[in-house]
Amino acid sequence: MKNESLFRYLLRLGDDSLILGQRLGELCGHGPILEEDIALTNIALDLIGQSTSLLNYAGEIEGQDRDGDKLAFLRFENQYTNLLLLEQPNGDFADTIMRQFLFDAYRKPLFEKLIHSKDEQLAAIAEKSLKETKYHLRHSSEWVIRLGDGTEESHQRIQKALDNLWRYADELFYADEVELELVNTGILPDLSDLRAIWEHTIKTVFSEATLSIPTNNWKFDGGRKGRHSEHMGYLLAELQYMQRAYPNMEW
Amino acid sequence: MVTRFQIFSYLEEVSDPEIPVLTIIDLGVVRDAQLIENTWKITITPTYSGCPAMQVIESDIIAKLKEKGIEKVEVQTKLSPAWTTDWLSENGKLKLREYGIAPPENEVDKSVLFAEPPVVPCPKCHSRNTRMVSQFGSTACKAHYQCNDCQEPFDYFKCLK
Repeated sequence: MKNESLFRYLLRLGDDSLILGQRLGELCGHGPILEEDIALTNIALDLIGQSTSLLNYAGEIEGQDRDGDKLAFLRFENQYTNLLLLEQPNGDFADTIMRQFLFDAYRKPLFEKLIHSKDEQLAAIAEKSLKETKYHLRHSSEWVIRLGDGTEESHQRIQKALDNLWRYADELFYADEVELELVNTGILPDLSDLRAIWEHTIKTVFSEATLSIPTNNWKFDGGRKGRHSEHMGYLLAELQYMQRAYPNMEW
Repeated sequence: MVTRFQIFSYLEEVSDPEIPVLTIIDLGVVRDAQLIENTWKITITPTYSGCPAMQVIESDIIAKLKEKGIEKVEVQTKLSPAWTTDWLSENGKLKLREYGIAPPENEVDKSVLFAEPPVVPCPKCHSRNTRMVSQFGSTACKAHYQCNDCQEPFDYFKCLK
C-alpha cells in the first residue's frame, strides 16, 4: 500500500460522512415538517457525496481494487471507523439536530485546515466539502438556538439531547499514530487548536440557546478502532442489505 | 478536424437534467475539453458533492458528442477548484429568472453563524419583500423562498463560494 496512514485516515473521514448520511437518509419521508424532511435529506446527500469522494480515494491509495462502493457496502462492522456519535439513532428532532450540530461545528474547521494539506486530492475534497458544511452548520446551529431558546418543552428536549450525546463529543478529537504520522509527513496540517475552535463555536451557540454544557466527564471512544455501539449492526444491516442479498448487483 | 470551440458549442446543447432551462455550459460545470491521443477528454466538476445529476450529465455528454460523430470521449471529474455560483453565466442567470428561479445574489455569507439570509427579489413580481422558508430546497443547489407580496413560493439558486 502506498500510504497506510493516509488510507486509514481517509476511511475515518469517509465513514463519518457515510454513517451520518445513512442515519439522516432514514428520515426521508419522516421529517417533522416537509421543509426539514427536505433539509435533512439534502444534508444526507452532501454527506454521501463526500463519502464517495473520500472512500474512492481511500481505495485508490490502498491499491487492492476496492472502490468507494466496495468499501461502503462490503466491510464488517469492526472495519468501519466512524465516530460513535454519528451512529447514534435519530431519536427525536432535538437528538438529530444536536448530533448534527456537535459534528458540523467540528467538521467545518477541520475542512478549513485540510484545504492546506500537502496531499492535493485530500485538499480538493476538503475545499469542495467545506462549502457544503458551512450550510450544514448554519442549519444545525440555528435549530439549536431556536429549540433551546424556544418553549419550555423544546428547551428541555434539546438540553436532554445534549446531556445524552455529550459523552461522545470527546471522540471528535481522538488522534493516534495515524494522525501523528500524517502530521509528521505534512499531509495533515497542525490540528492542535481544532478543539479550541470547536469549543468556541459550541459555547457561543449554547449561550444564545440558553443551554448548559454537561459537567460530567464520562467519555466514550472506540469508533476509530472499529469498536461500535449496539446500534451499528442494525444500521449496517440496512445499509448493506442489497449488496449482501444480491452480491455485485448494479442498477 | 473538430476544434475545442466546436466541442463547447456542441455541449451548449446538453441541458442540466434538474434545471432543463440551463445548459451545462451556462451552469459552468464543464471545465475543459482536450484532445489527447484521438480521445476528447471532457473535464466536469460537480456543483455539490452528492449531486445526483452528475452521472446523467456524464452520459448525456457522451451521447451528444456521439450524435455529432465523435466516438472517442472520456469524461473525468475534477473537484478543485471547487464550483462556485460565480461560474454561472450571465445568460444562465437571465434564463433562471425567466424560468421562475431566483438567480444567486452576489452576496457572500459573511459569517456562517447568525447571518441574515440574503434579500432575494421575487422572480414573479420583483418585490424585495420576500422571506426564506428553508435553506434547503428541491435540489442541493436551491433554497426555498416565498414572496410576502404576491405570495409566490419560489426556488432560489443559492450562492456558493
